Amino acid sequence: MSKPTVPVAAQLGLGDVCRLASVGLRTRRLRAGLSAVGIAIGIGAMVAVLGLSSSSEAGLLAEIDRLGTNLLTVTNGQTVLGTAAKLPFAAPSMIDRIAPVTTVAEIGSTDANAYRSPLINKIHTNALVVQATSLGLPAAVGTTVARGAFLNPATATEPVTVLGAAAADRLGISRVFPGERIWVGDQWFYVAGILRPAPLAAEIDRSVLVGFPAAERYLGFDRHPTTVYVRAATSRVADVRSVLAATANPEAPNEVSVSRPSDALVARATAKNALTGLFIGLGAVALLVGGVGVANVMVIAVLERRSEIGLRRALGATRGQIRTQFLSEAVLLSLLGGAVGVVLGVGATALYASAKHWSIVVPALAWAGGLTASLAIGALAGALPAVRAARLAPTEALRTA
Amino acid sequence: MTAPVLELEDVKKSYPGEPPVEALRGVSLRIDEGEMVAVVGPSGSGKSTLLHIVGTLDRPTSGRVRITGLDTNHLSDRELAALRAQRIGFVFQQFFLAEHQSVLDNVADGMLYAGARLGDRRARAVQSLARVGLGHRGATRPTTLSGGERQRVAIARALVGRPAIVLADEPTGNLDSANGGAIVDLLEGLHAAGATIVVITHDRDLADRMPRQVEMRDGRIVADTAAQPAEPPGREW
Ligand SMILES: Nc1ncnc2c1ncn2[C@@H]1O[C@H](COP(=O)(O)OP(=O)(O)OP(=O)(O)O)[C@@H](O)[C@H]1O
Ligand SMILES: [Mg+2]
Repeated sequence: MSKPTVPVAAQLGLGDVCRLASVGLRTRRLRAGLSAVGIAIGIGAMVAVLGLSSSSEAGLLAEIDRLGTNLLTVTNGQTVLGTAAKLPFAAPSMIDRIAPVTTVAEIGSTDANAYRSPLINKIHTNALVVQATSLGLPAAVGTTVARGAFLNPATATEPVTVLGAAAADRLGISRVFPGERIWVGDQWFYVAGILRPAPLAAEIDRSVLVGFPAAERYLGFDRHPTTVYVRAATSRVADVRSVLAATANPEAPNEVSVSRPSDALVARATAKNALTGLFIGLGAVALLVGGVGVANVMVIAVLERRSEIGLRRALGATRGQIRTQFLSEAVLLSLLGGAVGVVLGVGATALYASAKHWSIVVPALAWAGGLTASLAIGALAGALPAVRAARLAPTEALRTA
Repeated sequence: MTAPVLELEDVKKSYPGEPPVEALRGVSLRIDEGEMVAVVGPSGSGKSTLLHIVGTLDRPTSGRVRITGLDTNHLSDRELAALRAQRIGFVFQQFFLAEHQSVLDNVADGMLYAGARLGDRRARAVQSLARVGLGHRGATRPTTLSGGERQRVAIARALVGRPAIVLADEPTGNLDSANGGAIVDLLEGLHAAGATIVVITHDRDLADRMPRQVEMRDGRIVADTAAQPAEPPGREW
């Protein structure tokens, strides 16, 4: 006989490893499916929450884009003495001369209050403000008239008012009919129209608007604008912004404050919701429970499949190959749960987002992270049972109870 | 002269306990290539223990075991596994077939750990199944087979890698005498074709049909027909 050669253990191919990993799945479908449910719920909840918050963020940003990010507001700031500064009368017309500026509208605060009728106690102001407005306001702030009509050159001189959306609500006026009037300052003003909400200029919603001439004549208004709304060519917004203060008040540019309302909305849209954190936490708990479920099923599988383990050792499986088989089975179970969870989560996101007309956004972090997490959990859950299976002595495993 | 496939030198095996169980108390045995040996003996005499040690599923407490010339004392666990994968075939009383896969794949899995690719394993399994007379049943599940047929599948699985030695522990233990007889017929046929086979059996009648019988009692070999002066037939001296 030739010189005896020491045999070398062969490596299993990837296909064989996968086939062995799926033995438990193929022989005990129901149990495998149930054990993966926890993981599926956990991953599904996390993916859905992340997907929903991303989709709603995308929806809000799209809404902001639709409203236009080219709106700038110029307001009177404070003087060095800490009193309210006043914008020059000419501020709107000077701003209008900046080349990229397309639209300018201004409002000016009055000291008057508005009430449903003169019988209402004067302290119930409903936090409404009475403002004088120029005629181009709706176009500048991106809103339209919901009912009735906006002021025109004729009504701007008369005791006529147009209500912001919230103002109309608080005054209990939902429609405009001839003769509808409210008590502003010391007299009746006829209601000409009601505006739709203006998300970029929430202060307009709370305003009772009257024309500049009317404010001056009936409400003792000083004609100083307090806020100027400026629309500029989108590509030049930054340039316009940099010169606005000096243009509005050349004598005291530092008494002017300039802002871009869409910035605040974007910040709010992208801010992380506290509920998101809560649901992610719940998902993590479900995931943990799912992992324990997989570990439990694997422990039982190792106990039940002793004779299979014994047979495989007799057929020449090394301890490592037995370990790999059970470890990869746990990972497969868990990954399957994770994949189902991702599908459920994406499905829930798609359903809700399309109902809200948002675009469907599921961040890569959510689905890739979900799959990675389920892989890691499978590996953790399978580690102990796999080591146990590998440690089982072949003769012990083959002995039938 | 034929080469020894298996050599045992004063092999002892005791299981821990109070007092320890001495399952093997000094067994020396040599089995040559192409031999067919029946191991008989009463229950508890150490037959299965012997088979496990010969099959490298367990290590002896002391003594030396050589398989195809390799001293198992010098081999690691991993190397022993490879030795089983490539040179030893097992047949068990309980068949141990996987019910979720076809008969053919059960047989092909006999070579799973020997390093062959799936296609080659299946091709060899087809031949091996034909050899045990079940060439037409490859696609069915083991659950549809009779006990005798299942054991033939298990034998096909043990043979598929063309091992140096086939070890069978009570292969007829779960079968009636007719089916058991058929299994021994099959093993005899394989032996005639050159396979080296060790069969453990309770059944004296079956053992008598084999060329060589080793009888055990209390962990010792008390009779071995090969040790008698009359040389077994077919052995050139
Ligand atoms: N794992 C073990 N631990 C302790 N004692 C054992 C173990 N395995 C076997 N034995 C003991 O060793 C002795 C030999 O057992 P073995 O299984 O080899 O007998 P056997 O000849 O195969 O019997 P049978 O014909 O019933 O299968 C018995 O006394 C048995 O109780
Ligand atoms: Mg036995």
